[in-house]
Amino acid sequence: MVLAFFSVGLNTPGSGTVKAPGNHSLDLDPGNECSRIAHWLRRVLATTLRRRGVVVGVSGGVDSAVTATLATQALGKERVLVLLMPERHSSPETLDLSRLVAERLGVRVVEEDITGVLEALGFYRRYEAAVHQVIPEFGSGWSSKLVTSGVAAGRPYPVFSVIARAPNGLEVRQRLPVEVYLEIVAATNFKQRTRKMFEYYHADRLNYAVAGTPNRLEYDQGFFVKNGDGAADLKPIAHLYKTQVYQLAEYLDVPEEIRKRPPTSDTYSMSQGQDEFFFGLPFEQMDLCLYGKNEGLEARVVAEAARLTPEQVQAVWADIDRKRSGTRYLHMAPLLLHTL
Amino acid sequence: MSDPRSQIREFVVQNFLFGENGDMTDDASFLAQGIIDSTGVLELVSHIEKTYGIRVRDEELTPDNLDSINAVVAYVERKLEEKGWVMVDG
Repeated sequence: MVLAFFSVGLNTPGSGTVKAPGNHSLDLDPGNECSRIAHWLRRVLATTLRRRGVVVGVSGGVDSAVTATLATQALGKERVLVLLMPERHSSPETLDLSRLVAERLGVRVVEEDITGVLEALGFYRRYEAAVHQVIPEFGSGWSSKLVTSGVAAGRPYPVFSVIARAPNGLEVRQRLPVEVYLEIVAATNFKQRTRKMFEYYHADRLNYAVAGTPNRLEYDQGFFVKNGDGAADLKPIAHLYKTQVYQLAEYLDVPEEIRKRPPTSDTYSMSQGQDEFFFGLPFEQMDLCLYGKNEGLEARVVAEAARLTPEQVQAVWADIDRKRSGTRYLHMAPLLLHTL
Repeated sequence: MSDPRSQIREFVVQNFLFGENGDMTDDASFLAQGIIDSTGVLELVSHIEKTYGIRVRDEELTPDNLDSINAVVAYVERKLEEKGWVMVDG
């Protein structure tokens, strides 16, 4: 099958769409898609979940903004609760943008600063101790993030490193031994799990459901924390590629500041792009590669659209398979010896 | 003390397969067989570095060096030879 791709915008959130002849396209009809999701939301809440509304944790990113907007349009603003859950390492921009979303929608907003919970859990101490193992100078006043140089660098195996910035601006990069890498990830996962705990607290007290906010890339590739941001009663945009989420964001008039903001994890004290930590490529290219793989397209066709070489596309596809395999257990319910 | 090939094989079988090695051959691809994932590679690297006192450089993290028992043994032998050490069987 040979398809032509046009108007592929790279590195510009919101502009990266792919058009192709026939039925093969990342473009969608946003009006129809919003109606479809709204109908589904009302139906599953009424008949399957039997809850009276939804709680959405909003992060200042486009996924949660679109999810909250879809829920509000589907259910009405009185049936949506937006939660803002900053902590010490959150950027001020995150909170501002999250408030902006809630204000635009006119929904109820609750702010739960999770810093105190994370302190009690020992998160900050554990994280600092872990980084200290590879950067002895690391301490008060420093910031840091986890990065990977994986498939984008032509590596079949990811190399995880920590980048730390000293108060004087000096940056240090150190590759992580497995035990330090795992400790950093385990400690950081406290954040997602703490946030989910608050989402379910509010959902329980209101008899609401919790809406998860992953897009298709994140869901497919396992870019979430089990029992953290991976936990939810429904995931209204998990079937949408990231570029499609941006199409809905534009249609739904999500604030431009959010649509123009590069995707970040907002998990570490230094700003960290999702491509730095997990995907290894900007989402526009990842979308094209995942779409091409799912649709059975030829590597050279995807390569042209994604501005990669066919060999790089093959490497990305192999990485997609590895991540699917490696994160399969994240999607699983607890395993039983036999069906009950 | 067992030979390095046996040591490496023992580590892979015990650490990743809980002793149930089945019919894993020395040239079986860890990735293709689903024996080792990306975190597993980090564990393997950590084990090699600690056991043989070598430093695996970023650019050496490749399947050619790490994706089978044979590949790991050959890689470790090369690294030890660079240090002027010789692996002794038995």
